[in-house]
Amino acid sequence: MIEKLATYVNGNDALVRRGRHIECSLLVGVGDNDFIIEIKGGRVTNVRRRAIAIESGCFAVRASADVWHEHWSALPKRDHHDLFSMLAAGHAEIDGDLLPFMQNLLYFKALLAAPRAANEKA
Amino acid sequence: MPDFEPITGRYFTMNVAGDDVRIYVEEAGAGIPLVCLHTAGSDARQFRHLMCDREVTAHFRVMAFDMPWHGKSNPPAGWQDREYQLTTELYRETVLAFCTEMELEDPAIMGCSMGGRIVLHLALEHPEAFRAVVALEGADRLEPYYDTDWLHRGDVHGGEVCAGYVSGQVAPQSPDEYRWETLWAYMQGGPGIFKGDLYFYWVDGHFDDRSGLIDTGRCPVYLLSGEYDSSCTPERAIATAKRIKGSRITVMDGMGHFPMSENPELFRRHILPVLEDIRNRG
Repeated sequence: MIEKLATYVNGNDALVRRGRHIECSLLVGVGDNDFIIEIKGGRVTNVRRRAIAIESGCFAVRASADVWHEHWSALPKRDHHDLFSMLAAGHAEIDGDLLPFMQNLLYFKALLAAPRAANEKA
Repeated sequence: MPDFEPITGRYFTMNVAGDDVRIYVEEAGAGIPLVCLHTAGSDARQFRHLMCDREVTAHFRVMAFDMPWHGKSNPPAGWQDREYQLTTELYRETVLAFCTEMELEDPAIMGCSMGGRIVLHLALEHPEAFRAVVALEGADRLEPYYDTDWLHRGDVHGGEVCAGYVSGQVAPQSPDEYRWETLWAYMQGGPGIFKGDLYFYWVDGHFDDRSGLIDTGRCPVYLLSGEYDSSCTPERAIATAKRIKGSRITVMDGMGHFPMSENPELFRRHILPVLEDIRNRG
């Protein structure tokens, strides 16, 4: 579902507006697969699998495929419903330069949860 | 005339730890005094639904005040040169000063989060002062899981980051209207205040080595914990209840860290039996 992140985010005007000053890339790890998410003006402009080892983002968020699957379900279980709850429970990890993340915390939490919208409509 | 809510608000000044502080208090109802303590970084508006619940206010005089530095209560004069930090002692003194100034007779007290922690301290050290304590999302031992330095610095918007820190503490089932109203209060907190409160919540308030000394025969203890609470988890509340012999624990399914403000309808189903029990104890 992470591959379709642009669809979920860019169609959400309120979310795009919340992130209108953001221009950065982040790394999202889904199990063993790393993805680079490029953001400009709150819009996801590119999502691609990391191709080379030194390719990175300003920060990285990683969790297992099962944890992300639960995070994106219509009604996630406790400890999976929010990025901070996942971090608190040890289900996710975050590394790198956290300044842009903290400066736009509500945006990035919503960005990472955006695929949930597909399941809520299903 | 508008359809006024039954809540009235007033101001008074009280002395806490040598400082005069102007306090804002809201109240509704008549009967047993029930003092309500808001969460860290927020204010007493969190209890507005409880104060508009006739099944509560028919039997209780519900009062909720903004802690100094919070909501419409002022910080003490000279605040601009101080760093706010809430200690167990300062918190306890603040609550006792409020009860004394209000001339409350045998009140019950209910607090949430940091308020839920301090009421347990009060049950241990001032059992004679309260007819019962209700700890919402309160425990005697917690494990910090985030760095509070991010909450107060020039290059991160304090209101936005405070709301971001706690947004996942609202259960996914809670109505969006109340989710965002709860977060709005966090966005309105003063600079460094949530961080200063968390000193008590994360660092100074641990007393799992002494909570077992609480005599629930003198001061009954009720604990309620939300399923989706990531800080005062149900497991931590249950562990606290086990240490406090005679306490009663309720785990609220589908609830987060802010029961009274994030899902008032669900909360009343859990709190009405507790309040009835307090009434029946006389």
